[in-house]
Amino acid sequence: MQAFISLDGLVMPLDRANVDTDAIIPKQFLKSIKRTGYGPFLFDEWRYLDVGDVGMDCSQRPLNPDFVMNQARYQGASILLSRDNFGCGSSREHAPWALLDAGFRCVIAPSFADIFYNNCFKNGILPIVVAHEHLDTLFADCFANEAYQLSIDLAAQTLKTPSGDVLSFSVDDFRKHCLLHGLDDIGLTLQQQDAISTYEAKRKQEAPWLFS
Amino acid sequence: MAKTLFDKVWDQHIVSTNDDGSILLYIDRHLIHEVTSPQAFDGLRMANRQPWRCDAAMATPDHNVPTTQRDQGISDPVSRTQVQALDQNCQEFGIREFDMHDIRQGIVHVVGPEQGLILPGMTVVCGDSHTSTHGAFSALAMGIGTSEVEHVLATQCLIQKKPKTMRITVNNTLSDACSGKDIALYIIAQIGTAGGTGYTLEFAGKAITDLSMEGRMSLCNMAIEAGARSGLVAVDQTTLDYIVGRPFSPTGENLKQANAAWSQLHSDPDAVFDCEYSFDAQAISPQVTWGTSPEMGVGVDGSIPLLSQAKDDVQRESWKSALTYMGLSQGTPIQDIQIDSVFIGSCTNSRIEDLRAASKVVKGKQVASNIKQALIVSGSGLIKQQAEAEGLDVIFKEAGFEWREPGCSMCLAMNADRLAEGERCASTSNRNFEGRQGKGGRTHLVSPAIAAAAAIAGHFTDIR
Ligand code: SF4
Repeated sequence: MQAFISLDGLVMPLDRANVDTDAIIPKQFLKSIKRTGYGPFLFDEWRYLDVGDVGMDCSQRPLNPDFVMNQARYQGASILLSRDNFGCGSSREHAPWALLDAGFRCVIAPSFADIFYNNCFKNGILPIVVAHEHLDTLFADCFANEAYQLSIDLAAQTLKTPSGDVLSFSVDDFRKHCLLHGLDDIGLTLQQQDAISTYEAKRKQEAPWLFS
Repeated sequence: MAKTLFDKVWDQHIVSTNDDGSILLYIDRHLIHEVTSPQAFDGLRMANRQPWRCDAAMATPDHNVPTTQRDQGISDPVSRTQVQALDQNCQEFGIREFDMHDIRQGIVHVVGPEQGLILPGMTVVCGDSHTSTHGAFSALAMGIGTSEVEHVLATQCLIQKKPKTMRITVNNTLSDACSGKDIALYIIAQIGTAGGTGYTLEFAGKAITDLSMEGRMSLCNMAIEAGARSGLVAVDQTTLDYIVGRPFSPTGENLKQANAAWSQLHSDPDAVFDCEYSFDAQAISPQVTWGTSPEMGVGVDGSIPLLSQAKDDVQRESWKSALTYMGLSQGTPIQDIQIDSVFIGSCTNSRIEDLRAASKVVKGKQVASNIKQALIVSGSGLIKQQAEAEGLDVIFKEAGFEWREPGCSMCLAMNADRLAEGERCASTSNRNFEGRQGKGGRTHLVSPAIAAAAAIAGHFTDIR
């Protein structure tokens, strides 16, 4: 996993609530057995006017000019700004894979669905929860200013706006540690092999029916 | 100290506690399907790791499998590759699999309980958000992403932070015309799709304990649509009766011992929850969603709300765009909505009881002439077999329904079963998101009985 330390990035506003993982990456793309290559299909049904399918050459497809991602000013964005309950729905990790593949390293929203939130951390994406009143300002400023950028510092847990305002955000210590160092948590868990085996031995005594 | 049901199951599965308060949670059962597992198996191979405990896992392909002419294999090469990858991975790593041609194959959340692989007090995970289904058995069951699928395969554990607890009590007796599905849709309409985010739910009260295991599974299945990763129902005689005699259920001395442990699986009388709701079952009528989020639902006897009734601008905007997508207007009575298609299936409503409920409504009647397609897709090969033994297939076929092979089918349209642009469907599945059943398809979530009645009438209708 790619470490996340800090990020100075262009912000793309996606001004809607309940953006679900079906919208982030529609199901037909879930047929791939790889982790990469989902970027061109991110938000496929909103982004293109035709029906997308696996293996299509997206450079030939008709774009939906009304969708924010197709506007020139947001090209190269690495921070996504959205509304409540971002990432709800299916547990598909293809959603963060698609965001990452399209260049997004950070999603800012007032609330996230649990599974999506968790999946972000496994893929080097930082989800930041921001209170509604700050979020409204961020949206307004982002719409009002071309090339609107934010500076994110994970170690300090701060988000800095172009006008110099600093918002702090919270993040769980363990997840922060893994993200800062790009750590694979399977390796960390396997350091506790003995504890797992001890637990199993005890449970086999207490609840043998669980082992069949 | 008094414990909630959740606390009891959680505490029994703590392997170790980390400095930051997160724990290593031991996983008893791991369900696997073809969509979210290939990258996890690849990860194992790349890191040269072996599964920690193969007997804890069970796999079956469900999302991509065709529901017709199965003997001819899968025609879509991409779907075929994914299903074959599952077969090969299970073979290579020694994981129990019910493959596409096995009578026990079906939707992973239907097959697990049916085989007796889901037991009270277990921790259960699957790379699928509807894993919450298994909470019906007092199993702490949650959906995980692919990285966590790999983590569980390699370590049999997950790193977890303790969620908060919420109890939702549904008092009184539910109308005969309603089911677990209607309770689920009603609760979501009340608390919203993010109402349960960060919580483990426990469903309690007379209306819940009155439900069969099938009804409890439909209800817990949709806990995720209320934002909660897991939803639980306490163990009672209904639970125990369901488990006995299934292929992988414990027997003899093991069962006796298990029964003693399972009888503890309820919240202590004075247990404290972080949040409590209570509803009256008498207020619940058969539910129909009208929008593109499971929370956009009303009773079948009601109407689409007016935009002026939205609680704020954000909600008004999302209602507006939902109505545009759905091709509907505010204030329209639900029973005036004509449909094109009916889908009875999915891990929410494809069990024998669901098929029986639908067949009762359909018996001796004909699907309306405006219905282009009406599908019945059993949750497993064994359910299909049982329904055929009861003659349900004949009732459906005579009425004009198609009787299909088991799988996810039109719940998410990853196989050939899907809606065309603009088509409107009464569906017993769990998500009405834009494009869920096919690009431009319009989904109304309902119970099997309401779906069946809509098929016959050609529009939504009250069955009471
Ligand atoms: S039936 Fe639908 S919701 Fe259930 S596992 Fe299959 S695709 Fe997911």
